[in-house]
Amino acid sequence: MNSGHGILLTLAGFFGVLSLFAIGGGNSAVPEMHRFAVDVEHWLSNQQFADSFALAQLTPGPNIIIVTLIGYHVAGVIGALVTTLAMCGPPAVLAFFVGGAAERFKGAAWHGVVSRALVPVTIGLTAASAIVVAGTAGYGWMAAAITLGTALTAYFLPVHPLWAFAVAALLGLSGLM
Amino acid sequence: MNSPSPIPSATEPEASPCQATSAAAPQQPRPSLAELFVAFATISLSGFGGVLAWSRRMMVEERQWLTPEQFNETYALCAFLPGGNILNFSVILGLRFRGALGAIAAAAGLMGPPLLLVLCVGAIYAHYGDVPALRHMLTGVASAAAGLMMATVAKMARPLFRSGTVTGPVIAFATFASIGIAHWPLPLVLAVIVPVSIAAAWVRL
Repeated sequence: MNSGHGILLTLAGFFGVLSLFAIGGGNSAVPEMHRFAVDVEHWLSNQQFADSFALAQLTPGPNIIIVTLIGYHVAGVIGALVTTLAMCGPPAVLAFFVGGAAERFKGAAWHGVVSRALVPVTIGLTAASAIVVAGTAGYGWMAAAITLGTALTAYFLPVHPLWAFAVAALLGLSGLM
Repeated sequence: MNSPSPIPSATEPEASPCQATSAAAPQQPRPSLAELFVAFATISLSGFGGVLAWSRRMMVEERQWLTPEQFNETYALCAFLPGGNILNFSVILGLRFRGALGAIAAAAGLMGPPLLLVLCVGAIYAHYGDVPALRHMLTGVASAAAGLMMATVAKMARPLFRSGTVTGPVIAFATFASIGIAHWPLPLVLAVIVPVSIAAAWVRL
């Protein structure tokens, strides 16, 4: 078992590295968070991971705030701060330096190539996040119906996420899950 | 809301690294550290389930710190970099307007308030997480969030399939399968797929 400092180091190391692999935003990193936190380290159960994801969606602010909840769950307030800094620090430093130099490579051909190359990867990662979250949220027919119903509605209509969450929370509460 | 304080004369010379873009150069907005902090805190706290729409409204329409073109350009750069897009956005804008301190003020405004909020949420969950009613509601919300992501994926994938090339869909599916179904580690998968995807995009150039 990890000692107190050991677990903070593990949190910092894992999320610090993960932050630089989060291509196309924080949601891309959700499957890897799940793999490590639930399957490898057993910090959270499937249910707790899904709950954390839901709570992060319900809290205003960037969705990446899910890492704060994971850190809090693992090591309290210190864990939350360490995890948040680890997830935000490396990309912020990178953005800081690239942002200063961005003018120089704005029109460069490789920039366009890399951007285009990352699009299908981002799509694949987002799809993986969706399936991982759906898989952890619950296996009942109601959970599946909510996922499918929301997907279809949001695809064809401009749905505000809060409405979708409110309806889904009520359906969940109705005890059918 | 205070307006972006129009300065009638030209802005301070030390603050303009780039040449004037046109003869009729609009004055360069130069929000203070406090304004940066407040703007990003506001974006953060009003943005449920994604903050892109809110950041555009604030930056382009309300404060007019960016033109629509500048917003698109900056946001494309942020999406290109790893990590949360909006976090990158706050750092780059803060840096552009107020240097290193501006970057810190903007990022702190973005992350600080939700951090405190989510800590309260976490503490409440630690006490009441086992209450069945809460459980069921959260399961519903997580299911809906998964559905929203699926809709996003479908919308993003449309141009990919319309483009007529096979490589895009193949790479998207390979990424999905190796991460979402096989549950392989993300760094390993990206170390293989990203170079392959770049090579494919380069050949098509």
